[in-house]
Parts: sequence; structure tokens; C-alpha cells
Amino acid sequence: MNPEAGEPPAGIYRRHLESGRLGFQRCAGCGAAVFYPRVICPVCGGNDLAWETSSGRGVVYATTAVYRREGDPYNVVLVDLEEGFRMMSCVEGVPAEEVEVGGG
Amino acid sequence: MSLRGKVVVVGVAESDLGEVGPGFTPLDLIGQATLRALEEAGLDKSEVDGLFSASAYYHMPTLSVGEYLGIRPRYSDATSMGGSSFVSHLLHAAAAIEAGLCEVALITYGSTQRSGGGRLVTGSEADPYEAPYNPRYPVSMYALAASRHMHEYGTTREQLAEVAVAARGWAKLNPRAFMREDLTVEDVLSSRMVSSPLSVRDCCLVTDGGGAAIVTSAERARDLKETPVYLLGAGEAHWHRNISQMPDLTVSAATESGTRAYAMAGVGPEDVNVAMLYDAFTINTVLFLEDLGFCEKGEGGAFVSGGRISPGGELAVNTSGGGLSYNHPGMYGLLLIVEAVRQLRGECGDRQVQNANIALVHGNGGVLSSQVTALLGAERAL
Repeated sequence: MNPEAGEPPAGIYRRHLESGRLGFQRCAGCGAAVFYPRVICPVCGGNDLAWETSSGRGVVYATTAVYRREGDPYNVVLVDLEEGFRMMSCVEGVPAEEVEVGGG
Repeated sequence: MSLRGKVVVVGVAESDLGEVGPGFTPLDLIGQATLRALEEAGLDKSEVDGLFSASAYYHMPTLSVGEYLGIRPRYSDATSMGGSSFVSHLLHAAAAIEAGLCEVALITYGSTQRSGGGRLVTGSEADPYEAPYNPRYPVSMYALAASRHMHEYGTTREQLAEVAVAARGWAKLNPRAFMREDLTVEDVLSSRMVSSPLSVRDCCLVTDGGGAAIVTSAERARDLKETPVYLLGAGEAHWHRNISQMPDLTVSAATESGTRAYAMAGVGPEDVNVAMLYDAFTINTVLFLEDLGFCEKGEGGAFVSGGRISPGGELAVNTSGGGLSYNHPGMYGLLLIVEAVRQLRGECGDRQVQNANIALVHGNGGVLSSQVTALLGAERAL
């Protein structure tokens, strides 16, 4: 059994972040990577979800540059992490309009 | 037991539209539309016993509407899934009427978002896993979908712009459309970028507006004066709420809702004369043409090019001028129904589609989140 089972999933996620880790869940029943954190596997409906740490490596799935009244646009992406889940993020250090789908 | 042909839309109406001015409430617009729809149907308010509504303003929409109008329904449905809610209400009203739980259903909506503050009133909560990145809701989510469609299928900004140009072409034929000036592909491409690749002209209007639709059994409709428009089929589907949870940004649940609606109606896309597709953004029209079987997946960009969905083209799409040029009052689904019914009755004047027998109404809600499809038909389509 997962020793952290009693804590709220969002709280465990936050603890991972605070120690510099991107945590995600893996369903012990069907093997699916689950994000965002929750108490039930959205694929098989199982309740045995273990926490893992992502490498942080992934591929840009979709991208947009958000424009505002003043200043440069900023970037928002959907990223497919190599462990098999997707999340929203942003790419830093690259002009917003130059982020490419398929980029890693 | 099928719902096909069991209920009829006997009255439709718009409220005042566009910019109604300060001081009017969404309920005032609902009141306007209801008065007009009841008069068209030849029904008294006292006969309405089923109430259907959704709202970004009122937490318990059917209660607020019932109170304002002085209606005490025996069947009440406030299904809330964004702009598609009213197409869902059409399906639910049909089921309720067929089950004998109500006889005369009123579906209604109103929003004064433009006069109220000039911005979309949404009521949507921010997703905690997306909010840190500040996407602009909802346009950035649709922009992400457009970027993926462009990556996978080579869809271009020019092709998306064709959707806006086509909608404007229909709007020019609709005296009630909000924007009727000439619009070219170049105009769209050079308009202000909002969330790439979507510019201002790729996005729907932010207007005041409302509508009402009155639905009753086919039996009851025989006693009424309006040309009957039958519900042939309907279906709904939803797979996600937030864009980061959408399985494939190039395929929406319209694939399921459409299949369900076509099956109930016993027709296919080749039988549709008028397609009302929820165009909150230009990418929507491309996606729904694909997902509802009018063209292959990935071919939507080519399909909307060259005037195919413009007045005089092969397929009449969004003949009112759509959310892009006619009206988009936050939640737009009810106005799709109003236009479809009028096309099937032959009441659309300069924008009338010849031989309109079957209309498809497709509602979208959230961020490509909820999808509801309905097929309406004139009597000869039964």
C-alpha cells in the first residue's frame, strides 16, 4: 500500500514541487501515467495510484503565444512528458512565437 | 423506442441583440424572447410546464427564469455544459415530453455581457494546473487546438481566415447580424493577434443576446399554426473539461455526438442542407466539419476554402453569419436552433437555402469540451 495514501493528492504534488520534483501518479492496476493528481485512475477506475518523479523531459504537443496590450507575448504550451502524461507549461528562454510543436 | 419525429419546435425567437444598452438584465432578454416565441407558437404562457435554461449569471438558472416569467414547471432542467447546453436541452426536452413528464417545453437564454462590461462573462473556474501559466480563457485553449491541427495536417492561417470570410458573407445577408462590412482573408490575417494563431477576426463576437425555443409533442403541434419543424435525432458527448486533458486536440467528442444524432435520425451528413456549427473560433468550423463527417479528418482546411461554405457554395454553413459575425452572447447554442428552424420553415429571406429539408445543429461548450448534435427536419423529411 502507498504510505502516502491518506494525504490529499494535491498536497502530495505540492510537497514534490517544494523539493524541486515534478511528481505524477502511476496506476498499479493498468500502468497508466496519471496527471493531474487524483484518488481514482481515470483509465481503469482503480484506486492504487503510486507516486513517481518525472525526468521533466518531453515534447511540445501544442503551443500558443498570448498577446497583451503592452509588452511581448508570452508562451503557453501543452507538453507530453516522456513518462506518458500531458500537462500545460511554458517554454522559457525562447521568444514566444518561436516555440515549435514537436520541439523537445 | 426512438425520439425521432416525436417532438416539434413550434416557436423560436431572438431577444434584442448586439448592444442593448445599460440597465437591461439577462432576464429581461429572456423575457423578450419568451414573449415573442409564445406569440409565434400561438401558445399561452400558462401552458409551459417544462423549463430549460443555463446561464453564466444565475447559479440556479431555471429557478431565476421561472420566477421572472411566472412559470412553475413540473419538469426543470438546468444542464450546464457551456454554449452547447441548449442543444442538450432540446434532447432532454424531447425525452421528457415523450415520457409524459411535461407537454410544452421552453428553452431560453440571455446575456447582457457587452452592455454590462464589454467582456465575456463566463463563470468558469480556473483550473489549478493550468492557471499558473496564464492562458487567456477560452481563446488560448482553442489556439492550442489550432496549433496542433496546423502541425498534424498543415492547416494554415489563410484557411482559418476563410471561415471568418464565409461567415461574414452570410452575415451580409442577415439584417440582424452585428458585423456586416466586407471582410477579406487579408483583413483577417492583418487583424490584431490575440493568442496565436488566432487573431481578433478568428474569434467570436462579444455581444448581448438571447433566445427562446418552444418544443411540444407532435400531437399538440398539429393544433398550432406554425410550420412544424421536427426533431429527427440528437446526441451528446463529453470527454474532458480542461484543454490539457483533451486526449487529441484535433478530434473532438463531436465524433460521438454526431454518430448518435445521425443514428437516431436515420440520416447522414450527405442529407444535411444547412449546418449550424458552433463557431466560437474559426478552428471550430474546421474541426466540426471533419468530426461530423462532412469531410475527412485533416481535410477541413481545404473544405472551407474557395467559398465552399459561403453563400452560393456547396454546403450552407452558419447562414445567420455565425458567432463570428452575427451574434455571440457568451453561450450561443440557442441561436443555432433559432436559425435552423427558420431555414427549415423558409423564413430566411435573402439568406434562405433552397430546398432546406434537414438542418444539423451542433453545439460546443467549454474548451471543445462538450459536444451536442441535433438534426431537425421539415415534415417532408420524416
